[in-house]
Amino acid sequence: MLTLLGVAAVVVGFAVRLNPLLVVVIAAFVTGLAAGMTPVAVLEAFGKAFNDSRLITVAYLVLPMVGVVERAGIQEQARKLMLRLRGVSVGPLLIVYLLFRQGTSALGLTSIAGQTQSIRPIVAPMAEGAVESHGGTLDDDERQRVKAMAAATDNVGLFFGEDIFVAIGSILLMVGFLATAGITIDPIHLSLWAIPTAIVAFLLHAARLLLFDRGRRRRAVA
Amino acid sequence: MIRIGVVYVLAGLVFAAFAVLSAMDRANGKRLGNAVFWGLVATSFLAGDVLGDLGNGVLVLGLALIAGFGLLGRGQPATTSAEERQALAERFGGRLFIPALVLPVVVIFGVLVLKPIELAGGPLLDPKQATLISLALAAVVATVTGLILLRQPPMSPLQEGRRLMDTVGWAALLPQMLAALGAVFALAGVGDLIGQLVTGYIPMDARLTAVAVYCLGMAGFTIIMGNAFAAFPVMTAGIGLPILMKQFGGDPAVVASIGMLSGFCGTLMTPLAANFNLVPAALLELPDRCAVIKAQIPTALPLLVANVVLMYVLAF
Repeated sequence: MLTLLGVAAVVVGFAVRLNPLLVVVIAAFVTGLAAGMTPVAVLEAFGKAFNDSRLITVAYLVLPMVGVVERAGIQEQARKLMLRLRGVSVGPLLIVYLLFRQGTSALGLTSIAGQTQSIRPIVAPMAEGAVESHGGTLDDDERQRVKAMAAATDNVGLFFGEDIFVAIGSILLMVGFLATAGITIDPIHLSLWAIPTAIVAFLLHAARLLLFDRGRRRRAVA
Repeated sequence: MIRIGVVYVLAGLVFAAFAVLSAMDRANGKRLGNAVFWGLVATSFLAGDVLGDLGNGVLVLGLALIAGFGLLGRGQPATTSAEERQALAERFGGRLFIPALVLPVVVIFGVLVLKPIELAGGPLLDPKQATLISLALAAVVATVTGLILLRQPPMSPLQEGRRLMDTVGWAALLPQMLAALGAVFALAGVGDLIGQLVTGYIPMDARLTAVAVYCLGMAGFTIIMGNAFAAFPVMTAGIGLPILMKQFGGDPAVVASIGMLSGFCGTLMTPLAANFNLVPAALLELPDRCAVIKAQIPTALPLLVANVVLMYVLAF
């Protein structure tokens, strides 16, 4: 039971707004010590796992490219594009992006778009431009809401698209796990059964985007 | 064969450049903190395999302490003003999008064309890491394209990259740290323990109850652990396999697939899935760290209910 103290440390640490990196290290020590490891053993286990997970941080290699195009005005251009396309409001814009993200992820192309390379330089400014072109004004709260919705749309598209692709990590994990339990399963069946949820996810989030759009317009009129 | 090690060297050099440029940035009052922080990340990429486990542990401790004591500032390298950007946008127009489009095109080229190439009896790219290697290659090609096409100064990728990196700040390292915490949790058997608690205290003699406990458990456990991959083996060994598949005869493919997707609903709702939820908030400079999660909850909760219904209808 004591090993669960580490989980409690995470919850409490996040709740009292301690720096999350510090929370993670504290939680690792609480868990390890409660499980009877020495402090040095915990530090070694944590260091090894950190070193083994470096590929997560490789994703920031796209930042220099994003920085260069931002310096040359891509955000301004994206916003202007939406001011010119007066017919497109924020709801349909993000629905098209959702469809693109979910569709390409289902084909295994999860790395071609994302928060860093698509949402920050292009999609979020386009969404802001789309709200402005329909008479909406963007105070700080409103701007935050529009940007957060753009980021959320990327995540929903990615999560509920990628599992339709056969050779993705989560599918391989399921096949491997079931195999150890003596159940042989063809990965393609796991992919196919991800489709019903993917459809519901698309419909739900698209409906929310339309409601979001209507809310923005109501603000514009009022 | 090109392995992920090449990518680590590239990442290490980029972070080392961020560290040096931070150290020289007199406008940042905390420039030493930034220099040491990004320097440690560079060290991890360049020398992580020779530091040893304890050395890496000390390195991580250093990162956490710098972040925890607020020693990290935000560099403000000289950049174009808002008016200049408007003028540049006017001048370049649609050409601005080309580097951003080159990136996915090169990734696809890497995965579809370079990955299958065989050289001297072995694959050109390490098949396990082909996508990440392609992404690194794409980042380089897209940056060079941007530099030439948009006539930007040669140092701008590193200076602008550093500005964005400082915008994300310590949150950039949180996903990797959480992955490491997951490993320590696994070592201490945290997952199994939670699984026993769930299965030990909730009666599951009705099929709908069992389906609901499995799906909600996947989501809840993912919220606590930050990762559906950590939740899946525990919840499936505890409920999915013995009760849904064996006792009630559910189709394993349906149970497993929709179970995993229920976990993904949890991912949308937890700050522990930092790379999806907290990093974008930092990247978009949102004052509320949880703004992205708040935007996702109204999609995630009804979707979770839908998953319970779908599994109940489709699996049996």
